[in-house]
Amino acid sequence: MNKVRRRYLALEIKAAKMTDSKEFINTVWSAILKLYGEYGASRTGLTLINYDIAKRFAVIRTLHSAVEMIRTALASVTRIGDEPAAVHIVAVSGTLKGLYEKTKQYC
Amino acid sequence: MQKIWVAPMRKAYADLHLCPNLRDLEKTSQMISEASRLGYRLIGVTFPPNFADEEIQRLRNVSREAKIDLASRVDLKPRTPSELIHNLRKLRRRFEIIAVLCESKSVARQAAKDRRIDLLNFPSLDFRKRFFDKAEAELASNSLASLEIDMKPLLTLEGPARIKLLSNLRREKEIAQSFHVPIVISSGISDKALMRKPKELAALASLFDLDESSALEAVSKNPLTIVKRNREKLSSKFVAPGIRIIRRGKDCE
Repeated sequence: MNKVRRRYLALEIKAAKMTDSKEFINTVWSAILKLYGEYGASRTGLTLINYDIAKRFAVIRTLHSAVEMIRTALASVTRIGDEPAAVHIVAVSGTLKGLYEKTKQYC
Repeated sequence: MQKIWVAPMRKAYADLHLCPNLRDLEKTSQMISEASRLGYRLIGVTFPPNFADEEIQRLRNVSREAKIDLASRVDLKPRTPSELIHNLRKLRRRFEIIAVLCESKSVARQAAKDRRIDLLNFPSLDFRKRFFDKAEAELASNSLASLEIDMKPLLTLEGPARIKLLSNLRREKEIAQSFHVPIVISSGISDKALMRKPKELAALASLFDLDESSALEAVSKNPLTIVKRNREKLSSKFVAPGIRIIRRGKDCE
């Protein structure tokens, strides 16, 4: 069996009011579902790794093959909960260590 | 021998369609700074045709402070082809980018064949008014016009409206590529919250099957080429395509 290749994505969340991690990841899932359906969503392997309300920063993990799908879905997020919001990808890395190296300003 | 690592040259990105509320200078400045922060090197700001040149210059100074280049743009919405020609005569030398929102077939055809027009834009919500078909693409391929696709509707629409828009965009993209009409991806937004990074705009283009390299060209090379070409034409040194004044002086007499 081939080794699963994963990618870690550092996200910057721009919203007037931050919500909890559950609402955030639900928003991401619902954006993926809207664009790619349940079949597409099942192929992303999406997991929330870290969510920092104070720094407006999150880390998610996804399959290497689904990075562009996730990028598209994140770009389509315009609201989190009832608040207008935008989610930008700050960095992408194959390891958490590498990701935190790239995003020292947030950590 | 020691190897020298050379950093790859970073792509320059452009968004040619920002529509800030020009009456609110503070918000406009915020949008310009945000565009710079998101990684754009050039933005096109839409001005009304009668907007004062001093005001445009003031915004240029704001953008210079934000370390981003600003290109002036006007959106024409003519009702007839003759109105379009009349507007072009008046405005072509004042603005760096001219876009036409084609709301009728005759205007769309005239716009596609006129070499003074840079961007062809079609209404996103009224699907019967999207006139970018093979005839339109053939005319555009012989002129300099590019097909502009705004991403704002993809962010704001939902459900059947977005599905219909995506299917139209997919068809138009196929036609544009088969006739070698350049595609320009713009945001078309007036709200800072809807601003996206260039790579995110390119990723959204994958929804209508535009491949990654073409999508990146549509937010970098294609818009930058338009502005570069027009700036050259608007410069005082321009004589004709391929001919420009290099030096003035006694030795040239």
